[in-house]
Amino acid sequence: MNINEIKKLSKNIRIDILNMTSNASSGHPGGSLSSADILAVLYWNILKYDSKNPKWEDRDRFILSKSHACPVLYAALAENGYFDRSELLTFRKLDSRLQGHAHIKTPGVEMSGGSLGQGLSFGVGVALSAKLDEKNYKTYVLLGDGELNEGQNWEAIMTAKKYELGNLVAIVDKNGIQNDRFTHEVMDLNPLPEKWKSFGWECFEVDGHDVESLIKVFQSINFDNPTPKVIIADTIKGKGVSFMENNPDFHGKAANSEQLKQAIAEINNQ
Amino acid sequence: METGSTREYAGKKILELGATVPNLCVVGADLNKSTFTNLFAEKYPDRFFDVGIAEQNMVSIAAGLASSGKIPIVSTFAVFGSTRPMDQLRVGVSQPNLNVKVILTHAGLITGEDGISAQSLEDISLFLSLHSFSVLVPSDAYEAQSAVEIAVNTDGPFYIRLSRPAIPILNKEDIKLKHGGSSIMVEGSDISILACGYMVHQAIEASKILKEKHGISARVVNMYSLRPIDTEMILNCASNSQFILTAEEHFKYGGLHSLVSQVVSQNNPIKVYSVSMENYAESGTPEELVKKYGLNFQSIVEKVLANFN
Repeated sequence: MNINEIKKLSKNIRIDILNMTSNASSGHPGGSLSSADILAVLYWNILKYDSKNPKWEDRDRFILSKSHACPVLYAALAENGYFDRSELLTFRKLDSRLQGHAHIKTPGVEMSGGSLGQGLSFGVGVALSAKLDEKNYKTYVLLGDGELNEGQNWEAIMTAKKYELGNLVAIVDKNGIQNDRFTHEVMDLNPLPEKWKSFGWECFEVDGHDVESLIKVFQSINFDNPTPKVIIADTIKGKGVSFMENNPDFHGKAANSEQLKQAIAEINNQ
Repeated sequence: METGSTREYAGKKILELGATVPNLCVVGADLNKSTFTNLFAEKYPDRFFDVGIAEQNMVSIAAGLASSGKIPIVSTFAVFGSTRPMDQLRVGVSQPNLNVKVILTHAGLITGEDGISAQSLEDISLFLSLHSFSVLVPSDAYEAQSAVEIAVNTDGPFYIRLSRPAIPILNKEDIKLKHGGSSIMVEGSDISILACGYMVHQAIEASKILKEKHGISARVVNMYSLRPIDTEMILNCASNSQFILTAEEHFKYGGLHSLVSQVVSQNNPIKVYSVSMENYAESGTPEELVKKYGLNFQSIVEKVLANFN
């Protein structure tokens, strides 16, 4: 798929995220919007999967560790035919498959989440399983930067290195904001690339909203190299909506109806 | 009396199952010599993962393995494998109902000399609070082997509670437990003692004294399966006993006493007394500790005599 088409899909995903969260009057738009371009690139250009056979054995695994950003995942899955787009507006409603945090009962969701810090370890388990079965599928885990406060991540980082999980790719959505405040105020992670490198990982840095660069970095990965990989994607929380961008208030708050109209108009004009 | 440690026999069974269950894996956390999963590790190094002293990581890795079709056993001490990764067990294993087998050793007071930090008295309650988990508490080494077999061959998350020291062997080698079952160890008509784990042989000993010295006929039931629990057996005991006494090497809350009381109170209310832990203990030998803290046959006899009419 060409770059303009992916950009168009990113916009659709953003509009879906806004509609889903506003319709639910809750949810996490900020960290969903920051991940939108990453998921657009992954689901349209990188991952191997069959949306009509979500449990296909050889599929690449995409694990959303920052599970509060599930609107971005649901949007990507719906756009790819895992379930009907009309289901998106059931997000967070009674009897819906689209839970407030992702659950494996939803087609295409690989891991039940909702408590940060578990996804990378889960991904290590999946990647170990691939090696054991001599399967070629790859495991991608999307982490938040705030999420890296959780010590379990660093246990998983050491384990992936120990077991030479070259088939494992961590992606950090480095949007710089967590629940209360900016990440550098809550718990400064810098210098983040050096931290990963010192744990023995191969580290890539990329603009997380530059579709072309994202494609290039994913395609440049050498999976024959047994070193686990991390892509640190610099992103903007709330990307695409002026009043949400870099605004901690929209980590866990949906736009009201007036704000929603403005937000969608802004995205359509981009 | 012949004795055996449940952890050692379970470790041997895990090794044995490695041959016939090709997707069986073990994830350990640097206590593999103590849990006897080193036996599996030596024979099947490709299917054994030591994640170091990192229990949260251990549990989430097992969840990832299970989601990919493996049958992972996680193995460490009960104190480290329950409280520490409780969030990972809850969100990562129980809620998605993944096929992870949590087999923890060194549970209970009889862990002994290492003191209160090492004496797991909460684990049964914690695992019962995880809705999807089956919970098995074998009473001897052969039951431990059967419990491992049930867990590996039954889909869904399991917790198996094992002990450190060797304890009396009560069953034949070919004992087969039933998921959701129980077994009558001693027939009796006056009262029923429902026990699990280490307390089963103490209850059998107590029943002998009650019979010989006090003329009280005490039925002893081995409640090795706490979830699912054998409701029929409990109700049968409630209908045919003056009272029920539960005996567990665990705090009173959230364990066998709570389960039995729930069943009895809703169906056939009779008195349900408890022999269990009422406070944190201290360092000591298992024998010293069970005597001082009221977890041996004498405590059971005393509790029965104090309440028998």
